[in-house]
Amino acid sequence: MIPELGNFALMIALCLALVQGSLPLLGAWRDKPHWIALARPAAAGQVSFVVFAFGCLLAAFVNNDFSVAYVASNSNSMLPLHYRVAALWGGHEGSLLLWVLILSVWTAAVARFSRQLPPVFVARVLGVMAWISVGFLLFMLFTSNPFDRLLPAARDGRDLNPLLQDFGMIIHPPLLYMGYVGFSVAFAFAIAALLGGELNAAWARWSRPWTLVAWAFLTLGIFMGSFWAYYELGWGGWWFWDAVENASFMPWLVGTALIHSLAVTEKRGSFKNWTVLLAIVAFSLSLLGTFLVRSGVLTSVHAFATDPRRGLFILAFLAVVIGGSLALYAWRAPTVGMGERFALFSRESLLLLNNVLLLTAAATILLGTLYPLFLDALDLGKISVGAPYFETVFVPLLLPVLLLMAASPFVAWRRDAWRDVASRLSKIAQISVLFGLALWLGWKFTPAVAAGLMLAAWILLGCAQHVLERLSAVGEGVTLARHVTKQPLSYWGMLAAHAGVALFVVGVTLVKGGEVSEDASLRVGESVVSNGWRYSFTALQKVDGPNYVAARATFEVHGPDGRVLTLQPEKRYYTVQQMPMTEAAIDRGFTRDVYLSLGEPGKDGAWLVRMQNKPFMGWVWGGCLVIAAGGLLSASDRRYRSYVKRKEDETIHTAAERLRTVAGIAGRGPAA
Amino acid sequence: MTRRQQRLLLLATALAALALAAWLVLSAFRRNLVFFYTPTQVLAGEAPHNRSFRLGGMVETASLKRDADGVGVSFLVTDTGRSLPVHYRGILPDLFKEGKGVVAQGRLDAGHRFVADEVLAKHDENYMPPEAAYALKKGRESVKVDR
Repeated sequence: MIPELGNFALMIALCLALVQGSLPLLGAWRDKPHWIALARPAAAGQVSFVVFAFGCLLAAFVNNDFSVAYVASNSNSMLPLHYRVAALWGGHEGSLLLWVLILSVWTAAVARFSRQLPPVFVARVLGVMAWISVGFLLFMLFTSNPFDRLLPAARDGRDLNPLLQDFGMIIHPPLLYMGYVGFSVAFAFAIAALLGGELNAAWARWSRPWTLVAWAFLTLGIFMGSFWAYYELGWGGWWFWDAVENASFMPWLVGTALIHSLAVTEKRGSFKNWTVLLAIVAFSLSLLGTFLVRSGVLTSVHAFATDPRRGLFILAFLAVVIGGSLALYAWRAPTVGMGERFALFSRESLLLLNNVLLLTAAATILLGTLYPLFLDALDLGKISVGAPYFETVFVPLLLPVLLLMAASPFVAWRRDAWRDVASRLSKIAQISVLFGLALWLGWKFTPAVAAGLMLAAWILLGCAQHVLERLSAVGEGVTLARHVTKQPLSYWGMLAAHAGVALFVVGVTLVKGGEVSEDASLRVGESVVSNGWRYSFTALQKVDGPNYVAARATFEVHGPDGRVLTLQPEKRYYTVQQMPMTEAAIDRGFTRDVYLSLGEPGKDGAWLVRMQNKPFMGWVWGGCLVIAAGGLLSASDRRYRSYVKRKEDETIHTAAERLRTVAGIAGRGPAA
Repeated sequence: MTRRQQRLLLLATALAALALAAWLVLSAFRRNLVFFYTPTQVLAGEAPHNRSFRLGGMVETASLKRDADGVGVSFLVTDTGRSLPVHYRGILPDLFKEGKGVVAQGRLDAGHRFVADEVLAKHDENYMPPEAAYALKKGRESVKVDR
């Protein structure tokens, strides 16, 4: 009964989404306040029914209702409760429902937190989001219904893939989808602005916090996926340039370009067309990412579902969304105008350069990801594009981005004298270069490692100097603490994100440059020395888990510094899916990870063991978290939350004023 | 500089950068494309000798042997038509099994043995790497033709 209710709720949600997508948009076009006013209630209804449907599927998983085909193929009665919940998004159908649920969360958030925006604008935004929801609900109801019954019911489920039975499965997909779907808000804002012909600084300011939050979630989602792959796949890799990872990385790169471009549009009114285009591209890549992962077209670690039947719908949907929005863009964008002019050497120019580099990087990844699929689809042969391609291309493209990252905040908007900036930066540039040379010539690091650390130092010093300059510009009688708190949160967020990138670069450089991996065959009682570390295999025992049996090895690891670690890697055997799994043991340290994994047993009681030492691995994760924290910090800037007329808006455009007149809002005081 | 000159300079720089990027990308792309071959194709001499490629098929039953040091391993990859000896050093993936699909990346050595530096296996019981499935299909077809 409950699954039928869920199915029914999805249908009602579809109907409400159709209402939410049609009348408010028509109302905004025809200037009918009653229709415009329908946007929020329709959205509230749609959201409620989607949440209800999600609850129904959740109930089916929690109650082990194996008469539901999707539950039967993704869960099992032996599975612990928290994994039964996570199993909901372990497959194609459930992932789509999660997608729609998260779209509902964002819809509700937009409806709730945009009361200060003109109703016409909100009606358009909610209308556009409704159409995205319509697409996904149709896809689900017609090709991949999670509520389909299985007749006769299965006695027990086929279990969740053991690789997915992990804490990462509980939080990685929701985080990633929060990011993907969050770009739908930026997209909807852009489309709404195109429809209304109101592309201006105010629009950019409203759009910024949403985009920042989505971007921060995407950062966390990608981080979590990588972190999870690192410990769960069992072999110490953490980024494979796998198509699925690329699928999430491309929207991240474009999203990064977008938040910088939005900053220019808000502060200076320039780049308006460009910003809108980026919003469209970022969301299109998010859609592409969702479908790439879930349509089963990939040969990759994530290709758990294989069903080309849905391909047609996906292609049609992508064509409508991308084609439609680009057509609208082509039609409306020329009327927007160029925005404010800027000189060749100005912050705008540098940010434009950053945008071009990030977009080029995203395009090269797109090429490497899609080209093999195209060849395969056209039967022109089977090829693959491996990590070496992405590394050779990506690193040189990102080096200038890292150089610019430290310098751009020092350059003034509109125009600056290049000599002034150079003289302000010369000291930290010299320190960074000396540091790099010392690493290379003095400490005998490889040139690549020295260059990476030099860039990281350059960024960190740049951030530090920027803070110092800003705080020393304070007048008499103002305490430092007060001056720190007076800086907008978006400023601290920007610095944090940039510093996070520097930490990340330190981690990547050192782990790529200094990791050591060695395989050996060992019996209990034997030991081996690798890279100055001594690994002793001291014991082996059998362990029974809830739905697996395991061999657990105990190793004593003696470090060069005399410390002794005890590590217990396991080899598990999951009984339902009859699948072996490696459970690595990791000792995480501030300057290194020791990573131990167990291979297969040999004939004479010997086990293959992989011993890895990964310097500064933790810095990669720490860097990602700091980047995401920077995004959230920026998003929480109070400035974005008020719809207050500002001086810049007026000088650039009187658009905010016009909007207000159109919306029929009586002028609120500027000091609200 | 006048504004017009500035804009031209900006445009020229952007175009030059774009051309450089395109060149960088395409040359890296060509160098790093990894082509796929079936054992039959490799034994017919179609596979390159000086660059890395992918080999797919099924691990032949009872062909898996560990070297004396316990780390090296050799096995045969078959497309049901013909089989090719493969050597690899290190831990095989969890789902590597005799009689199941496999894809390996590596090069041919002087003795026409495939030395793999990466072995990929399928990721669950129902899933066969598309490349391995393709190799088996081709292999079966060629067997039919031979008869």
